Amino acid sequence: MTTDLGMPAFAPRGVGHLRGDQSFPEAAREALGNKQLRSNLGRATATIRTKRAAVVAEVPDWADLRTAGAAIKDAVLADLGAQLLRLEKQVTAHGGHVHWARDANEANRIVTDLVRATGQTDVVKVKSMATQEIGLNEALAEAGIAAWETDLAELIVQLADDRPSHILVPAIHRNRTEIRDIFLREMGRAGVPAPAGLTDEPRELAEAARLHLRAKFLSAQVAISGANFAVAETGTLAVVESEGNGRMCLTLPKTLITVMGIEKLLPTWRDLEVFLQLLPRSSTGERMNPYTSMWTGVTPGDGPQEFHLVLLDNGRTATLADPDGRAALRCIRCSACLNVCPVYERTGGHAYGSVYPGPIGAVLSPQLTGVKDNPSLPFASSLCGACYDVCPVAIDIPTMLVHLRAEAVASKGMKAERAAMGGVSSLMRHPRLYGAALRMGRLGRILGRRRGVIRRLPWPMSAWTRARDLPLPPTETFRDWWVRTHGSP
Amino acid sequence: MNAARTEILRRIDAAISRSAPVEIPRTYRGPSGEGRGSAAVVDLMQDRLVDYKAVVHRVEPAQVRAVIAAALADAGVERAVVPAGFPTEWLPSGPAWVQDDPALTAAELDDLDGVLTTCRIAVAETGTIVLDAGQGQGRRALSLVPDYHLVVVLADQIVASVPDAVAELDPTRPLTWISGPSATSDIELQRVEGVHGPRRLVVLLVTG
Ligand code: SF4
Repeated sequence: MTTDLGMPAFAPRGVGHLRGDQSFPEAAREALGNKQLRSNLGRATATIRTKRAAVVAEVPDWADLRTAGAAIKDAVLADLGAQLLRLEKQVTAHGGHVHWARDANEANRIVTDLVRATGQTDVVKVKSMATQEIGLNEALAEAGIAAWETDLAELIVQLADDRPSHILVPAIHRNRTEIRDIFLREMGRAGVPAPAGLTDEPRELAEAARLHLRAKFLSAQVAISGANFAVAETGTLAVVESEGNGRMCLTLPKTLITVMGIEKLLPTWRDLEVFLQLLPRSSTGERMNPYTSMWTGVTPGDGPQEFHLVLLDNGRTATLADPDGRAALRCIRCSACLNVCPVYERTGGHAYGSVYPGPIGAVLSPQLTGVKDNPSLPFASSLCGACYDVCPVAIDIPTMLVHLRAEAVASKGMKAERAAMGGVSSLMRHPRLYGAALRMGRLGRILGRRRGVIRRLPWPMSAWTRARDLPLPPTETFRDWWVRTHGSP
Repeated sequence: MNAARTEILRRIDAAISRSAPVEIPRTYRGPSGEGRGSAAVVDLMQDRLVDYKAVVHRVEPAQVRAVIAAALADAGVERAVVPAGFPTEWLPSGPAWVQDDPALTAAELDDLDGVLTTCRIAVAETGTIVLDAGQGQGRRALSLVPDYHLVVVLADQIVASVPDAVAELDPTRPLTWISGPSATSDIELQRVEGVHGPRRLVVLLVTG
């Protein structure tokens, strides 16, 4: 690994899942042909949107929590080196080991070596975006280590040899009958088989997963997890989940290895009071998720007696270096922005070619890899602004998209900008009306200036987002900008 | 490994060299302690728990033992683990009480019908019960592996808000925040209660 002083260190090619094999418009066009996918997604995102809106509305100080959440993350980012050193000191003081990984390859090597040192060839895993991002399961498989996903949706995806399509509900592109068929066909090969006569009732399917994984949990010696939060002040890590598979992995094995992006930090213990309110309500639309586990290093006689924390860069410092893009590192992966995005609702997660789909994926993936490697993603948006409105840490995704589009167009690798633009327009059945609506949105900016929000956008925008309040759109819409700088679209 | 650490810290330094420190505006509702243990807070707690499909019994201190007996009989729990420090006067005769001493294996825990615990604190607004592995709660595996979990919550352990709870908890202890029985919505977003954690959560709210 060479040090190119002054060159941003992007996530390397050839490992992990941040780049697709197709551009977004190509992949999107394929996805648009899949009716099942579109109807599953439409129903799912509508359901979560409604739930989220209800539980957010009952919190009287939501706007204050959101402002504080954004500021806490910005405070971490503005002081990241010192905060990481604090975390390292605390974790070490409490009996844990801290490892640093510049990129996916290095993280995979560290984890593989740690598992090898235990002599085990099986590990259980809690759903983790970071380990998907770096392609850890593939790296472990190459080393002869089987990594078992234990989140129900991840299990479905793994058994089907498929890819996740949503941050929160990764198997949302599958219906119950498909899931039953996957279980009947594949579970036996991976361990305890599905009960004969399994129906497609979700309750029965969940029971089959429980039985299948129980044996694995009870005998697991090594677990691998991600982390939702790490508190620099105390060295405490937190995992937020629903099913109890997280608790199983974090409690029963002897060795726990946690892989975490360096941006997951919170400065102080107190900051959890903000994020434990923002995350569950934004994510699953619940007042609180069923289980949250917190641990600090090793507790004698309780849980894993060996704990390793792997701190991952993989393009995060490159993202941090861009003052107009770094706010993407505030993201707490709640997936609220996916659920309100008219583009995501039509294309699904796979079209983005990265483990990070939807609006956040459109700004995060190109920054982690360098825009040159993901030039069409910043165009995977209608700039309607619904993502910004629901984001619990107030990431201004639309403005960031415009910034990254300029970078994509300027980058030499950007051959596909025309195709990209055409692709996104074709997602919208009435591009002309869409353009008109965007311009009216701009008009709304003038009208709505005093309050800073627009209550309702004209049709067809009204149909594309059911968010309660929209942030003001940028003064110049992307289409206007495009026409002004490139001639006709 | 040290080279990676040095390199990442150098990259960070280069990336944020001109960043100004950030003020955090804490205008949201912070910890206040207001309402702790009040009837309103207990009502809210009960409402939230029921919403999560937990079974809730509101009882007077003198009734705890009898209500536990009835709940366990109802659920068919005959052998349950009882962590050190769980008040013995609450244990009815009938079921076999298993101690975690010496420490039970995961397989032994899996063989039991249930677990009884107290808790460290509870949050009414979110219907959350927090265990910190202290007296009456045991190590984390005890409240995880058995399929039935009965928790006794005293009214004055119930605070109104998440900030109230965070302010009181000790981060150096292993913490488990429990809000209803384990659940999944992974299949067509249909909620199913009970996956890997205890599928039945029974809560006694002790008032008076
Ligand atoms: S960008 Fe905001 S809304 Fe989207 S996943 Fe991240 S935190 Fe959630």
